[in-house]
Amino acid sequence: MDVLTPRSLDEALTLKAQHPEAVALQGGTDLLVELNFDRRRPQAILNLAEVEELRGWSREDGSLRLGAGLTYAEVLESPLAGQLPALAEASRTVGSPQIRNRGTIGGNLGTASPAGDALPPLLVEGAEVEIASAGGSRRLPLREFLVGPKRNALESGELIAAVWVRPSGAPQTFMKVGPRNAMVIAVCSLALAADREREEIRASFGSAGPVAGLVTATLGEAAEFPERVAAAASPIDDVRGTAEYRRHALRVLTRRALERCLA
Amino acid sequence: MRIEVTVNSEAREVDVWGGESLLHTLRERLGLPGSKNACEQGECGSCSVLLDGKLVCACLVLGAQADGHEIVTVEGLGQEGQLHRVQEAFVETGAVQCGFCTPGLVMASVDLLERRPDPSDDEIREALSGNLCRCTGYAKIFEAVRLAAAR
Repeated sequence: MDVLTPRSLDEALTLKAQHPEAVALQGGTDLLVELNFDRRRPQAILNLAEVEELRGWSREDGSLRLGAGLTYAEVLESPLAGQLPALAEASRTVGSPQIRNRGTIGGNLGTASPAGDALPPLLVEGAEVEIASAGGSRRLPLREFLVGPKRNALESGELIAAVWVRPSGAPQTFMKVGPRNAMVIAVCSLALAADREREEIRASFGSAGPVAGLVTATLGEAAEFPERVAAAASPIDDVRGTAEYRRHALRVLTRRALERCLA
Repeated sequence: MRIEVTVNSEAREVDVWGGESLLHTLRERLGLPGSKNACEQGECGSCSVLLDGKLVCACLVLGAQADGHEIVTVEGLGQEGQLHRVQEAFVETGAVQCGFCTPGLVMASVDLLERRPDPSDDEIREALSGNLCRCTGYAKIFEAVRLAAAR
């Protein structure tokens, strides 16, 4: 197995164009499990951990650019946590300190699991994905980027460069159901923003459908919103919970999140 | 492929297979079996090491990703004949039962006390939440962290 370790984004994109089969690697919290258990043996790995341009975050014209290599631990730091409070809450529920030090936002998008904790908070904030390739870059709304369970819209030769968000400033929260606080893959999760400026409520659920779903309503429809969210989900029975329980939990979480955000 | 790493303050060169974890590199190639191999999926924390000063599960880092970086394992904490104060506290409070989880818990405790010299109980809980002790010796482990902090 070859490990390709580019030192710049240009080099990374050139290598990805030359080796489209190379699997992108950031913190390794998803891919290493597959390698350790021999579930996957790619011909080549593209180690992106040394690419400076993918690290950290920046502010441009009121929008935030979150580098694909931004870790959950970094999302929890001030001032970013204050700008994206629901994403910070979600990041705090990811794994353990060890996992939060390694796991990245870009990796969560790359894996595109229906249970990805960063996805619902980014969806309610209308995030866009910056996708780069040797031929240039393009932007795609996150809800179009997520096309199925563990499937995203990346094409051959493309890498996730960053996530763009314009913080709404709206009261927002993230909640997650699981058997304990740490090391939990969500049974189901919910991010919600009550946006008084746009007179809109936006909710996104995880682990309750093939992709993280987005549901919107006007502020005046708050009373029926928990039912709308539960109805929009398409959960399944699996080892972590039943479809019926997940729908019920989404109703409860939506009601609680509304109480929190409209208070 | 050959990588260069600094392990416990010593520069080392080692040949690795591209698909192996840093844990495998440490245990099987660098002669450092202190970091334990249990779940291999980041659930148990028994392979916790410091990578460039950050607490990570060595099983979830690709060995090749450590090239050019600095690692501290449990072997690098104390001096010859002198345990680290966290290790001493684990011994004194009886926080070691079967001992398998101990290296990981010691590393997580050292990392916590570096960042928070006087942690609250909730901060200890949070800091150790990625480490499992299947002997369920958590009460003594908490005592050990509190004792190490007090010193």
